[in-house]
Amino acid sequence: MRFILRRLGFYLIAFWASITLNFLLPRFMPGDPVSRMFARTQDRMQPEQIEALRKLLGVDDRPIWEQYIDYLHNIVTGQMGVSISRFPTPVTEVISSQLGWTLLLGGTALVIAAVVGNLLGILAAWRRGGAIDSALPPVLVFIGSFPYFWLAMGALYLFGVVLGWFPIRHAFTDGLEPAFTWEFIGDVGAHLVLPALTIVLVSIGGWMLGMRNTMIATNSEDYITMAEAKGLRPSRIMLRYAARNAMLPSVTSFGMGLGFVVGGALLTEVVFAYPGVGYQLLNAVQGLDYPLMQGLFLTITAAVLLANFLVDILYVRLDPRVRSN
Amino acid sequence: MTTFIEKTADATTGGILATGRPRAPRRKPNRSFVHGLVTNKKALAGMALMVFFIAMALLAPLLFPGDPSRITAMSSLEPSPEHWLGTTAKGQDVLALTVHGSRSSLFVGLTVGLASTFIGILVGLASAYFGKFIDEGLSLLTNIFLLLPGLPLLVILAAFLPPGLGTVILVLVVTGWAGSARVLRSQALSIRSKDFVAAAVVSGERAGRIMFREILPNMASIVMGTLLACVIYGIGAQAGLEFLGLGDVSTVSWGNNLFWAGNEGALLTGSWWVFVPSGVCIALVAFALALINYAVDEVTNPRLRKIKTPKTPAITERSAAK
Repeated sequence: MRFILRRLGFYLIAFWASITLNFLLPRFMPGDPVSRMFARTQDRMQPEQIEALRKLLGVDDRPIWEQYIDYLHNIVTGQMGVSISRFPTPVTEVISSQLGWTLLLGGTALVIAAVVGNLLGILAAWRRGGAIDSALPPVLVFIGSFPYFWLAMGALYLFGVVLGWFPIRHAFTDGLEPAFTWEFIGDVGAHLVLPALTIVLVSIGGWMLGMRNTMIATNSEDYITMAEAKGLRPSRIMLRYAARNAMLPSVTSFGMGLGFVVGGALLTEVVFAYPGVGYQLLNAVQGLDYPLMQGLFLTITAAVLLANFLVDILYVRLDPRVRSN
Repeated sequence: MTTFIEKTADATTGGILATGRPRAPRRKPNRSFVHGLVTNKKALAGMALMVFFIAMALLAPLLFPGDPSRITAMSSLEPSPEHWLGTTAKGQDVLALTVHGSRSSLFVGLTVGLASTFIGILVGLASAYFGKFIDEGLSLLTNIFLLLPGLPLLVILAAFLPPGLGTVILVLVVTGWAGSARVLRSQALSIRSKDFVAAAVVSGERAGRIMFREILPNMASIVMGTLLACVIYGIGAQAGLEFLGLGDVSTVSWGNNLFWAGNEGALLTGSWWVFVPSGVCIALVAFALALINYAVDEVTNPRLRKIKTPKTPAITERSAAK
């Protein structure tokens, strides 16, 4: 329990830090992005838009700490202002319509990569020098060296444009009504294949090698020799004795991996015009929509922190050493 | 990509801890380390690739004199004897763009790698040496930066800062130093508790000297691993940032080449030759560095070395691993 509380405290501090960063960035950046934006968009904006922006970006004349307290209060109560590019939709509304797609894409890719990668790692460590161990790691490391977005471009070109197996843009076919019908779900699935495949391909090597290296260390423990001496089935020793004890670092990287998957998803979303938060973030940056940009950043951060906290809770369940102290 | 950087680094840590060679004569481990690297196939392949790309970057102005982005031919030509890699939709020579692109990409990668490793060393050593609240504070900072999702942070920072090469480097260092700091701290911590450091403290040596002359040389190989990982990160992240159009669009680099390829619809018109070369170059450089990194791992961690008799998996091999 103390461990959980300490972690919770840490995540709250981390979240506070990202809020503060968000608050400080537009106010202290050289080159004055705010006036840059005003200069570019003033004639297109309505007075109340400008007013809202001034407040959000700190161009009003109140002392800085007063603005800061206001800002914190707004974030905590979920008021992230109004989107500029989609005026007058509130930022929270824009984000909530897109968060689901990113969760779907990132979640699917992360789970597939982690499960398959870890299984491959277990097999590779168990049969050291075998086919999986000698052939796969170099190939996967090589594939993992490609930038996410480049593999995405390659997959889009090869499977989308040349072969035409999968759709190349958006999350579902235009004109299809979102509903819980097989037609719609199948369509969403088909649109998901290429983006998810890219993320899986890039990240799977890391999982595999991590698991392999930890499990090689576990394999040389005495209790494995003991299990062998007892004459247990090899598959049982492999999964219940060796892999089980080599799992903890992988659980930790699962939380960490989430942040990277969000980043990877951002790039893949851009390539496939997938309507998730990453794609929206880039649109916000290009449209100089600072409120939306900040809201998206905070949402992504909060999601990653929350996921890490859940992993921590799982960790307590898995590792008795954490529970005992 | 960074996930596996983390893990490689972790593996290295484990390796060092397990090897621990306190009593060997001072010079010898170093020589065997270099010897191990030179005789390691992975390291040789990686270094050969790197030499190729560095030569390419240095010779670019000689091979393709003049501005590589000037328009020299018809648009979207397929590869031909005249233009080995074809031309872009604007009519620029793709080979010239790719060769010149190596300059900016390698430069940014190296600068980012060196700078973030340097910060990592400072933070890690200070954390491990001083301990107590300095360690608490620095670790908290490191962990926060590790947790904040890197790419969105990159995008936000790049959006607020004035565009330019300096911004790209700064932003990449800000988001990239934390990983190396954590790895180096844990390594420095284990060395900090060794007797010779205690002896140095008792004999009244200054803190700076102990950190940089006593502790740092003993973690040279892990510093090198971190440096390689940071360079890989720098090159990849720069390309990602530029691909999003958040870099300095006027320079020629692999990331910008890909940005323009995407912008000019190279994918949809089927001009694969426009986007393949730059991507392959990024991957090859990252792969070469990763190879060297794994080789460093293998040389310093005997457990990860190849074993000669792979056929009988179970007991023999594991006792060999011990």
